[in-house]
Amino acid sequence: MAILSIQKVTKRFGGLEALRQIDLEVKEQSIQSVIGPNGAGKTTLFNCITGFYTPEEGDILLSGHSIVGYAPDRVTHLGVSRTYQNIRLFKNMTAVENIMVGMEPHLSSNIITSVFHSRGERREEKAALDEALRLLRFMGLTGQGDMLAKNLPYGAQRRLEIGRALASKPQILLLDEPTAGMNPSETQAMTDLIRRLRDDLGITILIIEHQMRVVMGISELITVLDYGAKIAEGLPFEIQHNPTVIEAYLGRGSAQVALEGHGHSLPSISNPANPTGPAA
Amino acid sequence: MKKETASIWKQAFTSGLIAGGTAVLVSLVGLVEAFGDIYIISGLLTLGELILFAPILLFAYSAIRRVPNQPRRVHFGMSAVIGLVAGLILSLLVLIGNLVDLRPIFVNASPALFDYLTRGVPVPLGLVVPPLTSLLAALAGFGIFMIPERPRKAVIMGLLVVILLGTLRDQVLLASAAQLRPVSAVLRAVVFSSSGLKPLGALIVFLVTAGLSYYGSRKKAVAVTRTTSEQKRKRIILYSIIMIVMLLLPQVLGLFYTEILDTVGLFIMMGLGLNIVVGFAGLLDLGYVAFYAIGAYTMGVLTSDGLGLFNLTFWQALPIALVVTWLAGFILGLPVLRMRGDYLAIVTLGFGEIVRLLVLSDWLKPWLGGTQGIQSIAQPQIGSFTFDKLQYLYYLILIGIGIVAFVAWRLKSSHLGRSWMAIREDEDVAQAMGINLVWTKLMAFSTGALFAGLAGTLGAAKLTSVYPHSMTFIISINVLVLIIIGGMGSIPGVFVGALVLIGLPGLLTEFEDYRLWFYGLALVFMMLTRPEGLWPEARRKLELHDEQTTDLVPEQDMAPAATFSE
Repeated sequence: MAILSIQKVTKRFGGLEALRQIDLEVKEQSIQSVIGPNGAGKTTLFNCITGFYTPEEGDILLSGHSIVGYAPDRVTHLGVSRTYQNIRLFKNMTAVENIMVGMEPHLSSNIITSVFHSRGERREEKAALDEALRLLRFMGLTGQGDMLAKNLPYGAQRRLEIGRALASKPQILLLDEPTAGMNPSETQAMTDLIRRLRDDLGITILIIEHQMRVVMGISELITVLDYGAKIAEGLPFEIQHNPTVIEAYLGRGSAQVALEGHGHSLPSISNPANPTGPAA
Repeated sequence: MKKETASIWKQAFTSGLIAGGTAVLVSLVGLVEAFGDIYIISGLLTLGELILFAPILLFAYSAIRRVPNQPRRVHFGMSAVIGLVAGLILSLLVLIGNLVDLRPIFVNASPALFDYLTRGVPVPLGLVVPPLTSLLAALAGFGIFMIPERPRKAVIMGLLVVILLGTLRDQVLLASAAQLRPVSAVLRAVVFSSSGLKPLGALIVFLVTAGLSYYGSRKKAVAVTRTTSEQKRKRIILYSIIMIVMLLLPQVLGLFYTEILDTVGLFIMMGLGLNIVVGFAGLLDLGYVAFYAIGAYTMGVLTSDGLGLFNLTFWQALPIALVVTWLAGFILGLPVLRMRGDYLAIVTLGFGEIVRLLVLSDWLKPWLGGTQGIQSIAQPQIGSFTFDKLQYLYYLILIGIGIVAFVAWRLKSSHLGRSWMAIREDEDVAQAMGINLVWTKLMAFSTGALFAGLAGTLGAAKLTSVYPHSMTFIISINVLVLIIIGGMGSIPGVFVGALVLIGLPGLLTEFEDYRLWFYGLALVFMMLTRPEGLWPEARRKLELHDEQTTDLVPEQDMAPAATFSE
């Protein structure tokens, strides 16, 4: 069953159609990817799902209920969480505090109970701290919890951002280029981590990604956007050999060359997927 | 290497130019001459001279410090260049002032000023005097730099205390004369002369403080390995001493100082409130005085005999006034908090002015008193005891600060506080984390309003009257500046900021005319050298939390200590 269903969504900025009649179904507990050249509308799609943008047309259903027009905080309360293309942590707060902010939807203490430090508030804060430390360990950040987010190394910042997104206990996690700027070994670690999120925590994952190695390795279904429209959808193997996709990435005429095996094909596209092949 | 030395001399020249410019500036705004006959050390050093030459000394010192590895003669040469250049600029001022009458533009560019700069030597020859004197000042900077690190700190501390004591001579004597006559007599006999310190007294003060500071620093170096329980005990003792001193202060000090303390207290309360709005939640509020006004006026309307509308007692009116200001914050926040950044600042600025104009208006005169304000506001009473003296009100204000600081501290470490800081850091992401922006901001705004309202009610009781002209924009600015100087988002920073910006000018009544000038100077200086404030905000350590949850170490210091796993 589709946990997230995007139906004929169109988003316009003035005369520009950033998204045109997009359909996308995300299956529960799957790992799916959205790829496409720069400016294809991938991040706009994320912004529509998370409530930052309201699409002009179409519907977005989360577990069968429309969430179009909901404010971002409400969407988060319903179990959608995200990370950002360029890391957006709360820079002057510590790593632990960042994660604890992510728990916001599950905290119920108010201004009065906080001032009087009621027993409920104390228990809730204690539980939140324990949970944050657990997440910190899960993300491999033990020992760095009291550092300010801005002082963490790059890779740790990426992981902290995912940890913060996990803190809201999402049903579905949207990752916007989680491996951007990472070296091969870091990328591999991130790919493993993403797979664990699904396998261990049962979270559905939708990824925007540029590194084809990552996309082909972990995606169960790939959707390709170009100029705001969906141009292809399929298994990694199908996408790699889809002439329209190759054309979108390399320009007209390249598809022919690449598919016939003459000349040099685009390494990132035709690189073998990871050895185990696409996960089932 | 050669290029490097060339750039050093260029730097020294530039520093000299800036130092000279500073000296000209303080001369032309009238600081030098105004304090030219107030002695810090009787017969040796006046406050005016200090203001004139301290910048030159500081510029020389900091210029040398930037290139610590150069040989001594280069350092000497640099300070000489700085002193001479600065002095020549002063000479230029004297020369121009003698040729042209500058007074139509600069009121203070009088012959008396030039006379002061040349130390009374008539002009052709007198032009040599400023370079010589400022050369001395710059070389003093060089001299201080030559002292090894630890004794240098002690020397600087000694000099600062001498300057402070000399400047505050009248105040110290006045304060001690109020209750401690013997102390006053001893001070008068040994340390103070009729203006400033006696040279011998200055020497004693210098040696004692420098010695203490030297001894203290050596002890601190040894004591790093103290256990936490010992630290905790020491901290408790320290806090108890501070508490006892705070309780006794108004009894020891006279009326004049208690008045200053009360004012500082009210500003601390407002600062703690605005700190929640600006420091925690990052919402720039430029009309904060409005909530003080609403608190004060509500108290006035409800209790004043003069108006005769309600005639409640202070304690009856207090909760009503607090609810009213809280609601005012809430209701204003509702439409306003959808705006961001600059727009919010402008709207709140407008709100502050609206409130001032409303209480000033003839339209509301029957209820709010118009220009005359409201008189004979009730003062708090417990049984038959009335808090009718500043000394008594001081304790109420102290309790008020205690409550307000406690609430601010609790909120800061609660999940609401984290939400506020998240909004301050990145509003969009905070919302994406599930934080309801409008509600969370409203909580900050109305809590801030509530604190200002409390300050307003106590302020009304202190003066037993409120006037529209005391609710001006400049109060909002004062509160904002004290937060910035103290350290945005830092609770102890509010106390430090209020003491420095409200307390110090209150003491130095001679400086009253230059108060805003100093605010500007302090702000620029802080932004350049210490943008995080005098007592910066510290983040709590949560991962490795032992007994002490709050850490007073500035955050920059603790960050790099952790190990990197990558």
